[in-house]
Amino acid sequence: MHNLKAITALGGHEAQVDTVHGLTITECPDWAIASVAARMGQEKQLGAAMKKALGITMPKPSKSAGKGGITVFWTGPNQYFVEAPIADNETLANTLADALKRTASVTEQTDGWVRFDVQGAGCSDVFERLCILDTRAMIKGTVSRTSLEHSGCFVMCRTHAYFSVYGPRSTAASIHHGLVTAAKSALG
Amino acid sequence: MTQINRLTGGLIDHSKPLNFSFDGKSYQGYAGDTLASALLANGVRLMGRSFKYHRPRGPLTAGSEEPNAIVELRTGARQEPNTRATTAELFDELIATSQNRWPSLQFDAMAINDRFSNFLTAGFYYKTFMWPAAFWEKVYEPIIRKAAGLGSLSMQDDPDAYDKGFLHCDLLIIGAGPAGLASALTAGRAGANVILADEDYACGGRLNAETFTLDDTDASVWIAATLAELASLPNVRVMTRTTVIGAFDHGIYGAVERVSDHLAIPAPDKPRQILWRIYTKRTVLCAGAIERPIAFENNDRPGIMLASAIRSYANRWAATPAREVAIFTNNDDGHRTAADLTAKGVAISAIIDTRANAPGSTQVEVLAGAQVVNSLGRLGVKQLTVQLADGSMRHVHCEALGVSGGWNPNVHISSHQRGRPEWNTKIAAFIPGKNGPDGLSAAGAAMGVFSTAGALESGMNSTISALQDIGISTKPIKLPKAEDVPVNLQPFWHVKAGKGRAWLDQQNDVTVKDVKLAHRENFRAVEHLKRYTTLGMATDQGKTSNMGGLAIMAELAGKSIPEVGTTIFRPPYTPVAMGALGGRAVGKNFHPTRKTPSHKWAEEQGAVFVEVGNWLRAQWFPKAGETHWRQSVDREVIATRKSVGICDVTTLGKIDVQGADAATYLNRIYCNGFAKLAVGKTRYGLMLREDGIVMDDGTAARLAEGHFVVTTTTANAVSVYRHMEFCRQCLWPDLDVQLISTTESWAQYAVAGPNARKLLQKIVDPEFDISNEAFPFMGCGAITICGGLRARLFRISFSGELAFEIAVPTRYGDALMRRMMDAGKEFDVVPYGTEALGVMRIEKGHATGNELNGTATALNLGMGRMVSKAKDSIGSTLSERTGLNEPDALMQVGLKPVDPSEPVVAGSHLMNKTGDVNAKTDQGYITSAAYSPTLGSSIGLGFLKDGGNRKGEIIRAVNPLKNQEVLLEVVSMHFFDPEGERLRA
Amino acid sequence: MIINHPILGPRDAAEFTYLGDVSLLNRPDWQAIDAAEQFYEYQYLRENPAGEHRELWYHEQGDRSWLVVTRNTLTHAISKVEMASDAARARGNGK
Repeated sequence: MHNLKAITALGGHEAQVDTVHGLTITECPDWAIASVAARMGQEKQLGAAMKKALGITMPKPSKSAGKGGITVFWTGPNQYFVEAPIADNETLANTLADALKRTASVTEQTDGWVRFDVQGAGCSDVFERLCILDTRAMIKGTVSRTSLEHSGCFVMCRTHAYFSVYGPRSTAASIHHGLVTAAKSALG
Repeated sequence: MTQINRLTGGLIDHSKPLNFSFDGKSYQGYAGDTLASALLANGVRLMGRSFKYHRPRGPLTAGSEEPNAIVELRTGARQEPNTRATTAELFDELIATSQNRWPSLQFDAMAINDRFSNFLTAGFYYKTFMWPAAFWEKVYEPIIRKAAGLGSLSMQDDPDAYDKGFLHCDLLIIGAGPAGLASALTAGRAGANVILADEDYACGGRLNAETFTLDDTDASVWIAATLAELASLPNVRVMTRTTVIGAFDHGIYGAVERVSDHLAIPAPDKPRQILWRIYTKRTVLCAGAIERPIAFENNDRPGIMLASAIRSYANRWAATPAREVAIFTNNDDGHRTAADLTAKGVAISAIIDTRANAPGSTQVEVLAGAQVVNSLGRLGVKQLTVQLADGSMRHVHCEALGVSGGWNPNVHISSHQRGRPEWNTKIAAFIPGKNGPDGLSAAGAAMGVFSTAGALESGMNSTISALQDIGISTKPIKLPKAEDVPVNLQPFWHVKAGKGRAWLDQQNDVTVKDVKLAHRENFRAVEHLKRYTTLGMATDQGKTSNMGGLAIMAELAGKSIPEVGTTIFRPPYTPVAMGALGGRAVGKNFHPTRKTPSHKWAEEQGAVFVEVGNWLRAQWFPKAGETHWRQSVDREVIATRKSVGICDVTTLGKIDVQGADAATYLNRIYCNGFAKLAVGKTRYGLMLREDGIVMDDGTAARLAEGHFVVTTTTANAVSVYRHMEFCRQCLWPDLDVQLISTTESWAQYAVAGPNARKLLQKIVDPEFDISNEAFPFMGCGAITICGGLRARLFRISFSGELAFEIAVPTRYGDALMRRMMDAGKEFDVVPYGTEALGVMRIEKGHATGNELNGTATALNLGMGRMVSKAKDSIGSTLSERTGLNEPDALMQVGLKPVDPSEPVVAGSHLMNKTGDVNAKTDQGYITSAAYSPTLGSSIGLGFLKDGGNRKGEIIRAVNPLKNQEVLLEVVSMHFFDPEGERLRA
Repeated sequence: MIINHPILGPRDAAEFTYLGDVSLLNRPDWQAIDAAEQFYEYQYLRENPAGEHRELWYHEQGDRSWLVVTRNTLTHAISKVEMASDAARARGNGK
């Protein structure tokens, strides 16, 4: 077991949590992410292999699907992100590559992204200050990628009071600042 | 402090007095006042001086179309010029100052301009200030600069924040007067998602200013009930203090919400304003109408206002501009002002009605068939000269005059996107045309339907229609009983009698004479009329003056008004603060900041950072005692070349390329060969643009048969990825290749220097042999370090030293840096920043963005032979064009000063040792330069004509901007270790 | 402007980057006799119509698809949006 300590995207050893006027913004570092892109002509085969490996049916565009703590969401034509708890899945990319074989190209994306969970009744009031998405109309399980305070981010609607924002890890502090500032401005 | 012109009633709160000052004098007003209404109530009619002639002016209107009462609000950092007093909400301790006058509003020395008006007519600046030519820079320009401009800036940072936001709706309703409120009720009850926006702080529109009843009760009752119902509907969003500023493509509208303008200071964390983008399926424009004046000689004196404005001040704000008011009108609406003022105890000296058949009155004297031909009273109107129907003259006393020339439907927003309004003869005004923005319809006064009953009904009907269009079935609603009186207008645009100036555009000081001059000088097309005279070009966009100008031009040209046409309407509807357009992207937040994995550690070391695009990179790491950056940089270079240094290179783009056709694909993207690159090997790659110019360079490492990691320069990471996706999806869509960016996912460090391997051997797990034999130069592979952490190792070198780049998942980047610095202690390891990185790559002649400058080809870089002619790749065909392959083409060379104490200055141009210095004799230019501690002098890289054949030649580097000339020797660009022995150690 | 993405539905043009004329899909054959001339035309010559124009947009802030958009350059009305890879295959681009 290696002896290097990880730090979070915001640079701490513990995940950052902020509460602003009843809305919590939580940094979530404990997730592994791998990108899965179907190889040419292998979309069906990839679907079958994923079903076999994870028991999950590949989601339609803008949608997500999950089972046993693992989530798959659509990111582009024949492209998906797979997200799993990092504790048991640190080498998720390798595991998936083995399972999916020649049906897909798998790439580790874990530390490409910072995830912030935003929870509270005021979610949409805050998001309408940050990005174009009509979060009030978003259906549960939808994931859309857009520009959020000038950073390209995925926004996942879990419920109307629970969203996850996945943004470029290097920009974590700016994204966090944007979320907190918008919450202070829009709420309370 | 008595408010001598305060009336009773109105929508202000007489129980909440507010203190304010104007031009240093203290006054009192009430909650609900605007600055203008409060000043009028205090007997102040003089509020400004006009732009060109500095004529004394007061408010013409009671709204955002105001041309004259433009003041500076607040002091200190929040000082704000060019605010309309007619819309500024009064708050306690508000401080306002008049503009454009010196030394005071009452006595303005610049009013001398008014005496030279004959020389300052339209377009005067095209005819003056020409002679003598020398006077322009020294005399005319400085004078004009001092005299020009409106208002002054605080020169301090704006302390407030501005938000941006995004809203979505089925129906956007612009304006919350009777039409807009009826529309909102109709749509709200139908369940549509509705946004109702009004620029005013109170909904109700014209109803707030009139004494109309709805269902035989005060209009305020229906308004309150309506607003209460709208507030209860979760699908309706009412936005007051929100101006819709423009109709943009495809149902996108811009709106500015003034969240805190009416407060002394915004609440903590709250924005001053929000700039909203509204995405709507349908829009109903209920923006009402704006009254138009009638031009006559000296019609611009303080106290001369639009009749409806005087009515608004009396009914809504309980203020009157004077105790004796006259009316000048061509329609019945003007009479309404007289009636409402009379009811409030204000005397009406006369109603001067241009119509021969003007209605009579039992309360007030009506002069039918009469015209106002002049006015007296420099600092405020005192008396009118009236020409009666029989031609005789009469004086009428008054200290305010309400002028009503009719109403112009507010077509502005319906005419964005080049829509043209159409003429409606019945009301002698323009109404929204048929080619307005898609999905927008107009209702109420904005559509030329002027009665309240008409507005309510058309608001409802337009809404039913609009919603049905988008599949929302909507029922009619029960509308309150309302007045439906006709206006009975007889068009009358200007008084022809009188030799003096009659004002059209009061803000830009454009008169009827100016329009006549434009016509005489053949600027007759309406867009020429506008620009030659500047009519309609001020901050009010001619809302109260365009019509008058068109009418007069029509007369002169012998055309009808619609034949003359209107000028193009453009957003914003009213001025928008630059702060609102900037939003939160100010100062440090101008763009997102990207931090490298070692950022925290570097901060602890006291590193100096540099912005590289959005990234912050350590530029150098000063040690205690170092006072100049050269000390740090020189030290870092020397120490790295002597032993070992570490540099964070995470920022360079990394693109993961996989698939059965990955090698074939890369072979077409790069101009040099990649099809046969062995697994476990890395190769330098040169990427051309399709026109043969170099786009970017980097490396591609083959980790497996169908798996490459491509690197790009930091600056081009995004554009290269975009280009690669274009090639993949559009040019070769059937190649089996998949791409994804991994720039962020992996922390990457360069470990360089004679002891680089030894340092790494202390952290690389023992099962991985990184000796020179097992891991030669340009090798690559997946390894583990520190007891099993997955990592990637690339033996590539930008510094020219024995070097590796080691990558780990980013979350371990901080720990890895600390571990390597610890492991490297025995080797005196140093961290090095971008400056030292730059010095070392120049010493090796490696190109970067300075050389890849968008004009350089592979040939210019000395890499002409790298462009394979045996295969197709992006840019290879056009790279062979004759023009790019001239015999004396620029070639990259090394440059060394003949006198080692002299500097090499990047950007200097290269000239022959002797001869003229000009564009014709230009031999090239210096692209990169640095002091080389390794060589003991400045060195540089540059492009030199036929440089490949000029080694040893002495040339000049010239910088005419600073009168610099330095003698340089042309040398090999590989200044240091040209054989690359260190690389391969 | 709003671009009606074939997969994702209407999205603001601000999420996209514009490249240019759809003729960029017609990359010449490098081995044609007149390849140099063809590449010169491909790279530099454009119709530049005042009216309907087919052009390439990249959904950079979204799903990273390239699209072919048919847009009227006078009115900005967008009448058609297709996946560029479909348009590319339709004109014979493959491997």
